[in-house]
Amino acid sequence: MSSTPLNFDNLKKSLPGKTTVTGWTLLAIGIVVSAAAYLVDAERSAFSNVILFMFLASLAIGGLFLVALEYISGAVWSVLMRRVNEFMAGLVLILPLVALPLFFNLGHLFHWARPEAVAGDSLLQAKEPYLNLNFFVVRFIVTMVVWWLFYWLFTRNSKKQDTTKDQKITRTNVKLAAVFMPLFAVSITFLAIDWMMSIEAHWYSTILGVYYFSGTVLAAVAAATYIAIKFMENGLLPTLKRDHLYSLGTLMFVFVNFWAYIAFSQFMLTWYANLPEETFWFMKRWKEGWQFVSVALIIVHFAVPYFVLLAQDAKMDPKRLKFIAIWILFAHLFDLYWLVMPSFKETVTLGWVEIGFPLIAVGAVIVLLSYKVRKNNLVPVGDPKLERALNFRL
Amino acid sequence: MKDTQHLYSVAATFDTPDEITHAANEVAKAGYTRFDVHTPYPVHGMDHAMKLRQSRIGFFAFAFGAMGTLTAISFISWIALSDYPLVIGGKPFWSWPAFVPVSFELTVLLASVLSTLAMIVIYFKFPNVSHPLHDTPYMKAVSADKFGINIESVDPKFDEAKVSELFKKLGARNIALVYYDAASITNRPRLFEPKFISILVAVALVVSGTTYFTLNKVLYWEPFSWMMDQAKLKAQKPSELFKDGIGMRPPVEGTIARGFLPYPFKGQPDSAGKYLLNPLLPTKEVIERGRARYLTFCSPCHGNFGRGDSRLAGQFPNPPTLHSDKVRSWPDGNIYHVITEGQNVMPSYARQIARDDRWAIIEYLRVLQRAQNAQEADLR
Repeated sequence: MSSTPLNFDNLKKSLPGKTTVTGWTLLAIGIVVSAAAYLVDAERSAFSNVILFMFLASLAIGGLFLVALEYISGAVWSVLMRRVNEFMAGLVLILPLVALPLFFNLGHLFHWARPEAVAGDSLLQAKEPYLNLNFFVVRFIVTMVVWWLFYWLFTRNSKKQDTTKDQKITRTNVKLAAVFMPLFAVSITFLAIDWMMSIEAHWYSTILGVYYFSGTVLAAVAAATYIAIKFMENGLLPTLKRDHLYSLGTLMFVFVNFWAYIAFSQFMLTWYANLPEETFWFMKRWKEGWQFVSVALIIVHFAVPYFVLLAQDAKMDPKRLKFIAIWILFAHLFDLYWLVMPSFKETVTLGWVEIGFPLIAVGAVIVLLSYKVRKNNLVPVGDPKLERALNFRL
Repeated sequence: MKDTQHLYSVAATFDTPDEITHAANEVAKAGYTRFDVHTPYPVHGMDHAMKLRQSRIGFFAFAFGAMGTLTAISFISWIALSDYPLVIGGKPFWSWPAFVPVSFELTVLLASVLSTLAMIVIYFKFPNVSHPLHDTPYMKAVSADKFGINIESVDPKFDEAKVSELFKKLGARNIALVYYDAASITNRPRLFEPKFISILVAVALVVSGTTYFTLNKVLYWEPFSWMMDQAKLKAQKPSELFKDGIGMRPPVEGTIARGFLPYPFKGQPDSAGKYLLNPLLPTKEVIERGRARYLTFCSPCHGNFGRGDSRLAGQFPNPPTLHSDKVRSWPDGNIYHVITEGQNVMPSYARQIARDDRWAIIEYLRVLQRAQNAQEADLR
């Protein structure tokens, strides 16, 4: 094998052209529109805000998960583009900011946060030890602190390795990843239960945490794929071989199937058991126009990505990968919309109020990337697996 | 080298997947067609490097998978709709969500198992189980950590020296000639060789013996037998809870089953004849039903046509004919009373024949009577 010293000096250090400006613009428009939305209809905006929060949380925690996964599984191929995941994980820093407006509207979102609703509801009273404001806030803070801590540890070590080239740091991060994984599993389950399941406080589904996890990882892989290919095309990353792209495509394909598997499991068990306290949640999504949204979700989130990614060629073709990555990100947003919005209103609700929040998401990601790209090495140059990652083949 | 042995191929091993892909590409470019590559794991892009056609395994797998889906769906549908329709949880008989897991599993199962079996038959030429490369150092290396390629001697361009030269040029770590004994390669099935048969028998004995021992002995040891000691009544065993030892408690005295009133004319055949009316109309279905019940329960004594010609050959006294003027002039209620309560030697059939079936039998009996006593008017 060639043993020429690795040289990444020719990599660019900024996003191309006007991308950064576009990002700021989208972010500004999004914030203005959303602020206006809050003034007009605070309740409806709060629900949209939950979708935005869960979407950004998906990318953030999903990115962190992919970083940890790479360490704990000893993956080689993804080292080349690990920084993309690390950048995405940087979104954890702004998550509390996104959630901030929600804390002023908890009464709009959650029945259980309204004392007068709890007083006349024996089920909510029974659930009060878990569903009460103090514990809710504590869980949120603990979750955020854990994520920040691990984000900080992982990226700090990774950056330190760039200069010191110390191989032991990889080992430290592997141990960190082993600690992080169970915490991740618990925290993401709590997140899904707290912000999505407790909107319908009477409803419960033991699989919702896994359901959200499947969407999270899918969205994170899709975002990483899109960003990595864009970076590669604009000279921010060294050329990714077909083998790298194939791995990304396969991961997306896998999680498309995993999502469908979990989604169907959730539906089938509810359907089979036929318990009123579970079925009403699905019944809500099967009338007043929501049934079309439900069917569309199956097509958008499963059928289309499945058939697009099925062929071997599709998993190696940057063009098709970019298309399906964006498609999947939209599908994840759509999925969250389907999860959250029927609880707000029984008829399908979509208008300008819902438009501002996704713009914030897109803008925030672009702005974050443009900042991170200037400040960091785009390739973890000190990682001992880097050369193998460059020469990676399936 | 050895007279009985023939040259099979020249084999070379390489260290990395990149080298073997390069080598396969070069060999294909040099015009060789009868060569093959062996790697410890699937190397992506190999079929492209070897200039093979697009593999058709995908279509086979799809066909097998579709077979699985169709088998599952049609089988379940047949059971659920025709063979044994059961209402489960108040759902329709054909409830597709319940079929999805089974269909999915069977799809995956058939697609993978049948594809594998098909490849064993097509590529390994089963039942032939021998191959010149078996038990060679080459095969041992490529099934561990080396990447091998070998060009067969039957290749039209094959030349021992040239092939070795080519491999050397490509940077092979190890080049070897593979010989084989012609006698060892046969397409004869080796299924009936004594060694194979005896191993098969031994395996069968061990497996069935272990199974027998487990199911008939081990399961009755403590603690595995604990599962059987359950605080519930077992069929054909006396109950320890109740004094009379009967587990299934009889209903309280005077209990009336849902939809069934007790027979009100006990011992009063005339009242029955007077007040009971046949609730059924003599439609085709009713008469068919009555015929079936009559042939099952009545005909052994009364005969197939109600003439009292018992098939029981004198084991019981023969009943009188049902075509007598007396029986023909009886109202339906009277006959119903006799079936329900019995008469003389005839016992009650209330337990064997459901209420509506008794009425249906009477409709059929009327048909028999009319047929035995046809009038001229009936023929017109």
